[in-house]
Amino acid sequence: MTETEYQHPLMAAYWKQLDTRFPQVEEVFEDCMAEALAVLTREGLDAYLEAARVIGKLGRGVEPMLAFMEEWPSTAKAVGESALPAVMALIQRMQKSPNGRAIAPFLQTLAPVARRLQSQEQLQLYLDMTLDFMERTTGSIHGHHTTFPSPGLPDFLAQAPNLLNQLTLAGLKNWVEYGIRNYGTHPERQKDYFSLQSADSRAVLQRERHGTLLVDVERKLDLYLRGLWQDGDHLVPYSTAFDELRKPIPYYDKLGIRLPDVYDDVTVGCAVRTDQAGVNQGGAHGAPYGERIPGIDRYRAVLAHIVGHRRWSEAQVADNWSPFQRMAVEFFEDCRIETLLIREYPGLRRLFLALHPKPLADACDPETASCLRHRMAMLSRALLDPDHGYTDADLNDFVARFHAVMAGGESSTGEIAALALSYVAKTRRQSDQFAKVHFADTVVDYRDDNRQLWKFIEAGDEEEAFDETRKIEPDQEIQGLPPRHYPEWDYSSQTYRPDWVSVYEALHPSGNAADIDRLLAKHGALAKRLKKMLDLLKPQDKVRIRYQEEGSELDLDVAIRSLIDFKGGATPDPRINMSHTTAGRDIAVMLLLDLSESLNEKAAGSDQTILELSQEAVSLLAWAIDQLGDPFALAGFHSNTRHDVRYLPIKGYGEHWGDDAKARLAAMAAGYSTRMGAAMRHAAHYLGARPADKKLMLILTDGMPSDVDAHDERLLIEDARQAVRELDQQGIFPYCISLDPKADEYVGDIFGRQYTVIDRIERLPERLPQLFMALTK
Amino acid sequence: MIDKDQYKVYQEPFYQQQRNEVALYEAAYRNRLPVMVKGPTGCGKSRFVEYMAWKLNKPLITVACNEDMTASDLVGRYLLEANGTRWLDGPLTTAARIGAICYLDEIVEARQDTTVVIHPLTDHRRTLPLDKKGELLHAHPDFQLVISYNPGYQSLMKDLKQSTKQRFTAFDFDYPEAALETQIVAKETGMDAAVAAKLVKIGGVARNLKGHGLDEGISTRLLVYAATLIKDGVAPRDACRMAMVRPITDDADIRDTLDHAIDATFA
Ligand SMILES: Nc1ncnc2c1ncn2[C@@H]1O[C@H](COP(=O)(O)OP(=O)(O)OP(=O)(O)O)[C@@H](O)[C@H]1O
Ligand SMILES: [Mg+2]
Repeated sequence: MTETEYQHPLMAAYWKQLDTRFPQVEEVFEDCMAEALAVLTREGLDAYLEAARVIGKLGRGVEPMLAFMEEWPSTAKAVGESALPAVMALIQRMQKSPNGRAIAPFLQTLAPVARRLQSQEQLQLYLDMTLDFMERTTGSIHGHHTTFPSPGLPDFLAQAPNLLNQLTLAGLKNWVEYGIRNYGTHPERQKDYFSLQSADSRAVLQRERHGTLLVDVERKLDLYLRGLWQDGDHLVPYSTAFDELRKPIPYYDKLGIRLPDVYDDVTVGCAVRTDQAGVNQGGAHGAPYGERIPGIDRYRAVLAHIVGHRRWSEAQVADNWSPFQRMAVEFFEDCRIETLLIREYPGLRRLFLALHPKPLADACDPETASCLRHRMAMLSRALLDPDHGYTDADLNDFVARFHAVMAGGESSTGEIAALALSYVAKTRRQSDQFAKVHFADTVVDYRDDNRQLWKFIEAGDEEEAFDETRKIEPDQEIQGLPPRHYPEWDYSSQTYRPDWVSVYEALHPSGNAADIDRLLAKHGALAKRLKKMLDLLKPQDKVRIRYQEEGSELDLDVAIRSLIDFKGGATPDPRINMSHTTAGRDIAVMLLLDLSESLNEKAAGSDQTILELSQEAVSLLAWAIDQLGDPFALAGFHSNTRHDVRYLPIKGYGEHWGDDAKARLAAMAAGYSTRMGAAMRHAAHYLGARPADKKLMLILTDGMPSDVDAHDERLLIEDARQAVRELDQQGIFPYCISLDPKADEYVGDIFGRQYTVIDRIERLPERLPQLFMALTK
Repeated sequence: MIDKDQYKVYQEPFYQQQRNEVALYEAAYRNRLPVMVKGPTGCGKSRFVEYMAWKLNKPLITVACNEDMTASDLVGRYLLEANGTRWLDGPLTTAARIGAICYLDEIVEARQDTTVVIHPLTDHRRTLPLDKKGELLHAHPDFQLVISYNPGYQSLMKDLKQSTKQRFTAFDFDYPEAALETQIVAKETGMDAAVAAKLVKIGGVARNLKGHGLDEGISTRLLVYAATLIKDGVAPRDACRMAMVRPITDDADIRDTLDHAIDATFA
């Protein structure tokens, strides 16, 4: 076989790194690389090639290597490329056992499995389970040792995606357990079971199949948060099955909202019992006894509760309070926010009550157990349920006090904490200290773990250190043209501050144009799809316009019809001519890129930074506009006080979309702040001068206008809004593409209706060109 | 002679003022300035114009614009008849002759070459050249031009030409804020305010989803429909689904979310 020759030196180097002679691999190599380049980082790419090389040398033929090459990029996309060592570890274990033949099926289904599991933690559980399966079914037949491979493993692996489409990991584990326990020593039956051939295998599958999976309702929950609560966050599943002792509890932090991977439907009355004693009678305000609450509504209850905290809770200093006091504060605060939530949507009361336990008043014996949790859970029930029916005097007293506090308005975490503390003091018992805690019916499982409710002084809050004001470093010379001065709008006085902002223009630094070509190659498939749409938009030479009263030619069909009408005594249609026009697109485009510091952050749910994704998206857009032949310019901006707004042209109107422009785009970097108004005014200076019929200014940004010297948040928002009005006056159509999930709060103030918020930034490369086409269609 | 009275608005239309637009419109009319009313669908643009025509006691001629509309559809044309031809005024010409308010609804839908015929009527000339008829019509002193458009279409191509925009004074309408919209729904249908407020709340949910799978939120018009159905005895949950959710979306996830919002609101 001959050495393969790859045109591109990089491709050739990658091929060499693989060190293989399998012709089948060669066939798919380019496609695999295109996908790998799209999702892997540089290091990830190296690791990919190295792993593929190792797998190719296992001596198991081409299959495993082929499978890995094809599956890994989308696996990495689903769970992150850092899962590779764990996957390789499992492969090594298989290789060292008699189960080498399972490597190929394992790899062949890895991507769909990962897509279903969504997180690395979950994938790890799957890997562990596979290993456990392998160890327990290998070589254990009639005392022969380690010479027999696991009979069921390859079938199991082949079925895994199908199984995970129907089961949670927990369900899968139960199903696997059943098979191993019953058929561990029967090779044939084991194969039947794990290939879903046997009847009991399918029956167990049915039994384990239940509940609502988070992955299946994610979009609905996104819409729920946004529509009903104007909130939104990343929803991250955790598995409920593997931590038997401490069931994980929902929570939220910087990375998102953590939710169980599945919720079963529950039936009111037997729903939330944590053991035998739980009876929720339902009642006038709760869902009736026996009603089913579907899993999705349980998710909605959790989300509503978390939204309540995010809206109304304020973190309290935990250090001075005992664990009991904190627990009471949490119960009271949970009830406060739920009361406020119910005010927004009264139907929530029914949902919360259906899921909230209703402990029996005498279920806990204070002589033998700590009843604090029990008391708190009853109180919590009573605070939400007008028909609670508890007769305890203290309880009723505090319910009344709670409602009195809430009657005044929203109250506050601090105020409600004070009430909680006096409740603890009032009802304290010696036995609260007992080690044995009465737990039954005290867990409200739609509530989060309240980690956000507390702050600890000892830990030290370094982050809260003041932002130091940046000044222009005197030694940092500003190069290029002398500054242009622009006014800025001061909304408080409704006047312009003349010549307030200095804009320095300097050509964007250059990098390597080939990097941009690489990005374009990586999106080859997308480009192909876009190309089809672009072709439709391309101006055709001549278009016929029919039904013209005056035109260049008679439209015979219409004329004859008219004549017939006339002869028949009806009023003829006088529009019997047609004419031709050139359907010209006369559009000039300016693409203005926010290059502020925040672009360096990783995009939610992606391994790439916002900057990298923007760069890809802009490359594709530039390519698309170039295909259409619309004149366009490209520039970035950032600012460091009003004295130093940088405007960095990447491509001018007169310039070609060629290596020079690409090189500048390749060097795109982020820093400083976002003085948007000034940048728009300066960009308008160029766009306004274009002779085109239509002028479109696209502004790509990831946050609101701001700068270190603008302490009033509204100031630069209002200025940007004023700048938009100015553009409008000049016949320029501004349109903002925002990557900030919170943009809905302000972007409409600036751009009116002319904006889009991209929810999933990782899809920006696809969305940006599509948006452009939709706008100019 | 055309019967002017047929275009009069005789009954006072119910119109709930959002800010001070009534007084502002009156000022524009006193000075015969052309008016542009912008806003999303079903937010009360047409109702406002109708109300102003009533208040000013002027005839109102409304034209719904579409993309096949030509200048002749506005201005007028010769008709062929058995014994020759006869000129027929278009609605714009009629309005200019009799001194009506001419309301061109959804003007962006019309082709741009159509739009320019209104230009001479909108500046100090206040004339309309009827080229084919060889007449230069001087507009009646009471004549006024009003156009509406929905900027929500978000397309550069469906935007009005600057030279057209710059001939108008403008009102920027939007769905009224909750308390006001509640009043509107209540008054328009006789629905009690508590229920009306719930409808408005659900409308708000849909408006939050605009741009995330919905092109437009639920309009005031649809809220009025829902209230009308409820008044007629339809159960609120059904009325809301039928009048507010089903018309605006086929997206199952959005439908489910809005249905849930309905259930959460009508406890
Ligand atoms: N301010 C208001 N006062 C009274 N009724 C209103 C008001 N705003 C909206 N409505 C109600 O909403 C309905 C729709 O309003 P209207 O027909 O004026 O909408 P529009 O903005 O012209 O919509 P479109 O752009 O679709 O033509 C009216 O029939 C009326 O019931
Ligand atoms: Mg209307």
